[in-house]
Amino acid sequence: MSTPSQTTTLIKPEILYTGLFIVGLIAPFAIYPTFLMKLFCFALFACAFNLLLGFAGLLSFGHAAFLGTAGYVCGLMVRDVGVTPEVGILAGTVAAGLLGWVFGVLAIRRTGIYFAMITLALAQMVYFIVLQVKATGGEDGLQGVPRGHLFGVVDLSDNIAMYYLVYAVFSVGFFIIYRTIHSPFGQILKAIRENEPRAISLGYDVSRFKLTAFIISASLAGLAGATKTLIFQLASLSDVHWHTSGEVVLMTLLGGLGTILGPAVGSATIITLQNELADKVGSWVTVIMGAIFVICVLAFRRGIVGEIQALIHRAGIR
Amino acid sequence: MEILGVPTALLGSQLLVGLINGSFYAILSLGLAIIFGLLNIINFAHGAQYMMGAFIAWLALTRFEINYWVALIAAPLLVGLFGVILERTMLRKLYKLDHLYGLLLTFGLALIIEGIFRDQFGISGESYEVPEALSGGIHLGFMFLPIYRAWVVVAALTVCFGTWFMIEKTKLGAYLRAGTENPQIVQALGINVPLLITFTYGYGVALAAFAGVLAAPVFQVNPLMGSNLIIVVFAVVVIGGMGSILGSIVTGIGLGLIEGLTKVFYPEASAVVVFVIMVIVLLVRPAGLFGKA
Repeated sequence: MSTPSQTTTLIKPEILYTGLFIVGLIAPFAIYPTFLMKLFCFALFACAFNLLLGFAGLLSFGHAAFLGTAGYVCGLMVRDVGVTPEVGILAGTVAAGLLGWVFGVLAIRRTGIYFAMITLALAQMVYFIVLQVKATGGEDGLQGVPRGHLFGVVDLSDNIAMYYLVYAVFSVGFFIIYRTIHSPFGQILKAIRENEPRAISLGYDVSRFKLTAFIISASLAGLAGATKTLIFQLASLSDVHWHTSGEVVLMTLLGGLGTILGPAVGSATIITLQNELADKVGSWVTVIMGAIFVICVLAFRRGIVGEIQALIHRAGIR
Repeated sequence: MEILGVPTALLGSQLLVGLINGSFYAILSLGLAIIFGLLNIINFAHGAQYMMGAFIAWLALTRFEINYWVALIAAPLLVGLFGVILERTMLRKLYKLDHLYGLLLTFGLALIIEGIFRDQFGISGESYEVPEALSGGIHLGFMFLPIYRAWVVVAALTVCFGTWFMIEKTKLGAYLRAGTENPQIVQALGINVPLLITFTYGYGVALAAFAGVLAAPVFQVNPLMGSNLIIVVFAVVVIGGMGSILGSIVTGIGLGLIEGLTKVFYPEASAVVVFVIMVIVLLVRPAGLFGKA
């Protein structure tokens, strides 16, 4: 039998993450920055979602509500109140965290399949509210959000400057998730996922752990959403739609549920696919997304990163 | 004539709309509950299958001149058959896994079905004419009652109670209930449980398609008609709990009526009222109104 420590000797995680970090630093000079920024937003969104499903075993089907709400709050703060971008992002994140607290308190009263249905229904309620409230611009969304000056100094209308802000936001978010997973708190989440009654009998207040995980996940999803609004200078209704909630599930599933890099890889794959396919196949994009879903569930449950890990593992045994 | 400052005609017609919506909630949540009982899967494709029922009826009428009554029988059979194929080829492989995978698989299927219909028919929506025998209406004195709408309520309730009767009072229903409780023992007693599961999924899906055909003349036939409805039905299921057949029916109808009343007194809230009730129920009685704690 091979232990995990043997398999990871192939590439040390520190080297892997440092390498990836450097690639991220030089990437905007090789690839269109706006595309990269979108990618990082969704990668953070998916990583935040994965913290909940992959490590706590809670399937939220309403994560778009956090992405979207934070986007609208950030947009309104920056455009109408006139705060600087970093305050806007912070406001959006806090709003998403508060919303996450409300969702969490309600949804953890039920488990499993009901949890998914409750989060979906609550998110749909948020969707209808966003659609009807005047401040959000209804179907047009919130348009003309200025990117502004970071700390009142750095002009973000420059794409490269904006890119590094997004990259910093993503890195911080990713680091928080990484630390959460590897903390005692993260270990208890895994214990709850694996065997909830046992975790209860060991004296852990399971509901409190679930709620905390939910709030962290929602806040980070909000962080992604608020940043996204600044990038595109727009908060759109599609960000709160259940389609987006489904998309983040797909990204996580495709990349590898419960792996650290999986959601980022999955979202990169999906965003690239959508970008490539949008002009060529039109409305078939939905069909293709659905087909990937079906294939992932039926035959590819470990996801891309999970499969690679399994390959390395097997190589390690030999 | 007025009640609480609202004209009775308006009140009556909104209550009727509520009753119709409630009938659809009842029939769809009933299907979800039956499927969940035996398969432990939440069928996210339920809305898409409802939409398929409506589209089959519309296609049959406009392309092949097949009338409403034939479609009312044929569409559920076709969609039910489609469900049987899905169960045999895909869902079957998931029973040993966490049942969240069933939700994800059927979500993917819903996207595929919806995407194909959207590509073929656009999203503008098609109208389906009310069949001749059911057109027109009756003046009840205080309001105008379109016959078709009354028929929808009667037909939906008949099917709901028929299903209830089948499950609670027949031998097949007894097998089904036993299978829900303990499939291993039922299998050991010589009953073909896999076949029972296939039949159950097919029947649940057929119920959705039946609702779809009923809905075709009332609402626009639109590729997205199901996905908008199904999320509300999920909330209905959370409110009612999936433990009881009659509970599903009562909750569905009740919420439809409440929604109708909200349209009269506070229209802005009508889209969210069901979700608000869900929140209240979760706070007061987390297991659902008819759920076992």
